[in-house]
Amino acid sequence: MNATNLRKLGLALAAPALAILVAFMVTSVVLLLAGDPVVEVWTQLLTVPRPRLVVAIINGATVYYLSAIAVAIGFRMNLFNIGVDGQYRVAAFAAAVFAGQGWLPGPLNIFVSLLIAVVVGGLWAGLAGWLKVSRGVSEVISTIMLNAIATGLVSYLLFKVADSTVGSNVTNTKTIPVSSQVPGFSLIPGTPNKVYGFILLSMLIGVGYWVVLNKTRFGFDLRATGRSETAAVASGVNVKRMVMTAMLLSGAVAGLVGMPLLFGQDFSYGTTFQPGLGFAGIAIALLGRNHPAGIALGALLWSYLEQQSNGLQINVGVSSELVFIIQGVIVLAVVIAYEVVRRAGLRMEQRNVARQLSDQPGSPAPEGALV
Amino acid sequence: MCVITDSGQTVVDAGSTVAPAVELRGITKRYPGVVANRDVTFSVARGTVHAIVGENGAGKSTLMKILYGVQRADEGTIIVDGAEVSLHSPSDAIEVGIGMVFQHFMLADNLTVLENVVLGAEKRHGIGDRARAEIKRISGEYNLGVRPDDLVADLGVGRRQRVEILKVLYRGATILILDEPTAVLVPQEVDELFDNLRELKSEGLTVIFISHKLDEVLSVADTITVIRRGTTVSTVDPKSVTSRQLAELMVGSELPSPSTEESTVTDRPILTITDLSLAGADGPDILNDINVTIHAGEVLGIAGVEGNGQAELVEAIMGMRDPSSGRILLEDKDISDWHTREIREAGVGYIPEDRQRHALLLDAPLWENAMLGHQTQVPNVKGVWVDAAGAKADTERILAEYDVRTPSIHVTANSLSGGNQQKLIVGREMSHTPRVLVATHPTRGVDVGAQAAIWDQIKKARREGLGVLLISADLDELIGLSDTIRVILRGQLSGEFDPDVVTAEDLGAAMTGAS
Repeated sequence: MNATNLRKLGLALAAPALAILVAFMVTSVVLLLAGDPVVEVWTQLLTVPRPRLVVAIINGATVYYLSAIAVAIGFRMNLFNIGVDGQYRVAAFAAAVFAGQGWLPGPLNIFVSLLIAVVVGGLWAGLAGWLKVSRGVSEVISTIMLNAIATGLVSYLLFKVADSTVGSNVTNTKTIPVSSQVPGFSLIPGTPNKVYGFILLSMLIGVGYWVVLNKTRFGFDLRATGRSETAAVASGVNVKRMVMTAMLLSGAVAGLVGMPLLFGQDFSYGTTFQPGLGFAGIAIALLGRNHPAGIALGALLWSYLEQQSNGLQINVGVSSELVFIIQGVIVLAVVIAYEVVRRAGLRMEQRNVARQLSDQPGSPAPEGALV
Repeated sequence: MCVITDSGQTVVDAGSTVAPAVELRGITKRYPGVVANRDVTFSVARGTVHAIVGENGAGKSTLMKILYGVQRADEGTIIVDGAEVSLHSPSDAIEVGIGMVFQHFMLADNLTVLENVVLGAEKRHGIGDRARAEIKRISGEYNLGVRPDDLVADLGVGRRQRVEILKVLYRGATILILDEPTAVLVPQEVDELFDNLRELKSEGLTVIFISHKLDEVLSVADTITVIRRGTTVSTVDPKSVTSRQLAELMVGSELPSPSTEESTVTDRPILTITDLSLAGADGPDILNDINVTIHAGEVLGIAGVEGNGQAELVEAIMGMRDPSSGRILLEDKDISDWHTREIREAGVGYIPEDRQRHALLLDAPLWENAMLGHQTQVPNVKGVWVDAAGAKADTERILAEYDVRTPSIHVTANSLSGGNQQKLIVGREMSHTPRVLVATHPTRGVDVGAQAAIWDQIKKARREGLGVLLISADLDELIGLSDTIRVILRGQLSGEFDPDVVTAEDLGAAMTGAS
């Protein structure tokens, strides 16, 4: 039994390792075909990052982690929330507008702003959930549409509330008062840069995700719905309510995605606020197989590749967009690898069960012609 | 048959020296833990309509998938026109002249007949006037009445089916498999279809016709092969059998030894269904004024050919489907509007028809499967928390009591054989002291030993006052277990039959409406 579990764990880890290896090879081929220096590129990407970069990697991963958990909540019940991107935008904007006013003192301002982000993100995703349960609209379509609407809506509103300082050409919400800015941690020696204080928020969400999904009745219903909707219905799960709840939860976490940036780095929402976090979350959730630890590793890998690629243009003369190829191939390969591993695991288990049963005394009579 | 005439000339009786159009020898197909087909052997003469009959789940569809190259047999040979063939895909099957018309049409509504027909067969006659001429030729030759430029969306069901048939002929098929072709047709359309089939036959084509509607089979087939429990039981000539005899062959005629159990039926109604109706999407009611009372300690068996409303009746009771009218009472509480979870918590156990789709999470470990359907009840939960230790201990108990063969409660449900999966489900449903058990085919796919064990469990619970609604296609099971038997036909329930005196013939007649 233990040997089997070990082998299963080995198989599970083999898949992402294989995917990364495939990505390595495919990227090398692309570089060769393009006539770029293969060895130099990998040297740049695989060199040990300097302390300043380590901080940037951890900070990037903190944000990606939240995004991927938001996506994973949907994935666990076969809901494809493609709209995390729009959800975090509207939520970050709403929270930034509120926090910038500084109506509430220090920490209370942070807390209420987070609450606003959670509610706005949840409601934005809830629109897609409501369309699905009431009108049968695929959440894939509606969340993509809502992404577009979110971008437009936020740009429009941003112009209205922008903090217009004379002589400045940036468009930002009001800067959050210093008393409500979240201080960072000096975790990494050798650099003055700090790790986001909200890394704790990411960790909390990760633990909460694991506990709710694995330890509660609600989590059981959610996972059951994802594994087999028909069986879940027969077991008494109200699938419509489940879809609605999962979308709200997914959107609520999505609402938090921009918070480490807002309170730890930018202190306002503006046209330069980091885009595309929602789509990275989809890839990372796939890579981490919806597992809170797997997602953490995936988020770190994602962030690592991005930070390391910054030097490509300057040091090697290769466009840093190369990293998108690597990331894309990893996701593609990992999806295939997981499916291969899943099937292999199932066959292995069926063989094992059959063998262990035939070893038992008084082994069962062979199944007759049935069905 | 060859006859030597006076003059010494050999006259060949048409069909006898020609190799059969299709011959199957010893076809066996296994799925993990289950044998779907076992030693299936029969041959189909060219230029005939050959019917394959059997209950749903008897293995007809697996067999047809093998013949059409969708799945491969583990053992056995398929011989087409005297040559052994190996079919890896539907295109292999079409290559040797086998075409299939599925029960659910595969036509694109927004395309014309011509476009639908040439789709995927562009190489045969192009996509233009040559194809149009060919469609007209085939339609005329077999009197199908298909016009190439009609939009499929405008066509009725009968005509769509003829388009499907034409599609298969266009691809050069000489052997047509029709899967339950009459299921979607109204009686006049059925007559038209049968005229078409006779036309095809007279032109030398071969038709394999799958059905469980005995009257239809008797009227159109030249030969009938009966399949039961995955294997060919018999091949008969329709002129020499009655519909009752055929029904007996289909469901198994051996009556079990009379039940020696004392009746445990009380006069306390535990599940009362009054005037329950369920409207069809567009057409006749799926359920029509169902009135049933199940008493504590009673097993009420419902016999019937599948598709007559059994599944919908069960889903209505379980709260998975909203009936159009009628009431369902659990003891004296009206549960008609309750949600599935409330109904289950109130003590209604449920053994669904399709265990893989409705009763199991195949990728989840056994102990989570043992919680399913009872994930709000002790010992599986404490408040809002899952009580994993309690659930695991309870699973171990179910495994021991119900003899589920598995090395561990941590393996996935998928790795168990069908019989062991079913024993786990029965054990789980019996473990929360149900007052009513709704069981559909509780022993389907289960080996003989496990079948007897499940029957014993149901009998034991009945002695303790459980009321059981038993739906089964297995007449032996129905007669052996039930205190009362009723037959469902086209959404209506017959009167009561006494299992002690009823014969399989009586039930077969009531099930097919053949009486």
